[in-house]
Amino acid sequence: MLDETVSPTFTPEPASDPDVDGSGPAPAPRLDAELAGLDALESHAITRGPWTRRAWRVTWPKLIALGLILVAWEIAVWTHWKPFILQTPRAVAVQLWDLLGTSSFWSEAWNTAQRAAVGYAIAVVIGTVVGTAVARVPVLRAGIGSLITGMQTMPSVLWFPLAYMVFGDTSSAIVLMMVLGAAPAVANGVIAGVDQVPPLLVRAGRILGARGWALQRRVVLPAAFPTVLGGLKQAWAFAWHALMAGEFLIQVGGQIGLGGRTDNALTQGYYAVVVALMIVIIVIGIVVDMGFSRLDLAVRRRYGLLDASRG
Amino acid sequence: MTLTGATRQARTPATAPAVHLDGVGRRYGAGDAGVNALADITLDVAPGEFVCLVGASGCGKTTLLNLVAGLDRPTVGTVDAGGGPAAMLFQEAALFPWLTVAANVELPLRLRGVGATERRTVADDLLDRVRLGGLGGKRPHELSGGMRQRAALARALAQDAGLLLMDEPFGALDAITRDLLHDELEQLWEERGFTVLFVTHNVREAARLGDRIVLLTSRPGRVAATYPVPLGRPRRIDSPEIADLAATVTDRLRSEVRRHAR
Repeated sequence: MLDETVSPTFTPEPASDPDVDGSGPAPAPRLDAELAGLDALESHAITRGPWTRRAWRVTWPKLIALGLILVAWEIAVWTHWKPFILQTPRAVAVQLWDLLGTSSFWSEAWNTAQRAAVGYAIAVVIGTVVGTAVARVPVLRAGIGSLITGMQTMPSVLWFPLAYMVFGDTSSAIVLMMVLGAAPAVANGVIAGVDQVPPLLVRAGRILGARGWALQRRVVLPAAFPTVLGGLKQAWAFAWHALMAGEFLIQVGGQIGLGGRTDNALTQGYYAVVVALMIVIIVIGIVVDMGFSRLDLAVRRRYGLLDASRG
Repeated sequence: MTLTGATRQARTPATAPAVHLDGVGRRYGAGDAGVNALADITLDVAPGEFVCLVGASGCGKTTLLNLVAGLDRPTVGTVDAGGGPAAMLFQEAALFPWLTVAANVELPLRLRGVGATERRTVADDLLDRVRLGGLGGKRPHELSGGMRQRAALARALAQDAGLLLMDEPFGALDAITRDLLHDELEQLWEERGFTVLFVTHNVREAARLGDRIVLLTSRPGRVAATYPVPLGRPRRIDSPEIADLAATVTDRLRSEVRRHAR
């Protein structure tokens, strides 16, 4: 047993040696120091290398891959597998450079960008509204939950007949194809995100006084956001597929986009231009995807969803 | 089996209880497949009292706290928690990862419609009070477990509720951190005079903190016994008085657990 002379309830801090008092509940100043010490022991700052090194680490594998593709391409041309049609990388590069110097290319790119923005925005709004409703209302989920997934598996080209019948040769038809293709992906992302919100956070939110819409806005939707972002990224891919297919198939008078230009170059036999445009379209896809990936990484870092090595 | 107010502490004024449970039962599911989580719980907690609920698995501790918090309704009986809001701490800090620590603390104020300037002042003060001053700009995941739980405590205090419900809040922490947080909680409680209903399966923790220990049986949860803690404050968790009281409570708890052996 303990020494009888030691008070079990409270021992005043000896003034002579505050570091070795070691007994009794901590009075405020000592508790201060003890908590501060513990905090310091448990905190570990993570330092990340300079951005140049991090950039180089992800860039060099890409450069090697690009080099390998160019070599394979040169070999394919050199074998005369499809003479006159298959152009050398150099010829395509020249066409690409010329293309980037024409104002018509930039106005076509602008047409495409406008459609992309409008179609994607509409898809995001509709997908979010439908997704939120389906996630919250069991009857809706039973009714149209599987329909949404079904729509998502539909190749975007097959929305063309419907869009064409409704809107004919117009931008609206192309936008409709995008919305039909992309909105289900947004909705599915929202549904999955809401489903995965930890119940503890919802409970905490309700305790803190968030009810109804405030609970959705302050707790459920932010908690769902990392998963929703995955849906938004996937929806962009679907929207871009539908946009290129739509522009390729629907010639809007005076307002062709990159897809329409590709169709024109193909019918006129400018094969190097076709390949140059394909490269442009792929590069746009890669750049937007990189943007989403960066956003995804930033969100995950912010939410503490990365392991320490990437934090 | 039930004790109402018989063990009130001297510090308790003779006013209406902060929490009043009368014959409360909670049943989940219907018919024969249903399970009684709680049965016939009658319990009064005086304003400013620190009551620890102790029980083995299946004693319905979380159900009881949900009932008191108004997140759930009893199947029978009445629950009166004074009508005001209750704050709650969980085993996990349950901080919102998309908000900074300061924004987490500000959230209950924001939900009450408090203006931005006042929110910031209150949150800064509370973070200082739980010794997290200057860390308001951090994200929850950047803090250690003990720091997160203190931030959650600051957020709960920002609710300015008279009643703090605690659901094994220190269960996931190491012993040193837990000891320090006991001291911290006790100081805050003495300073601010809120009522605490503290659920734990750690009997010593209950004896360290509580004015009164209420022992619950399991399946269904009922009040098996109530033990006043006649010890002055502040206390040490490793003092012989606490050890003696904990031994008494533990013996009773074990006999309750034995009843469930087949």
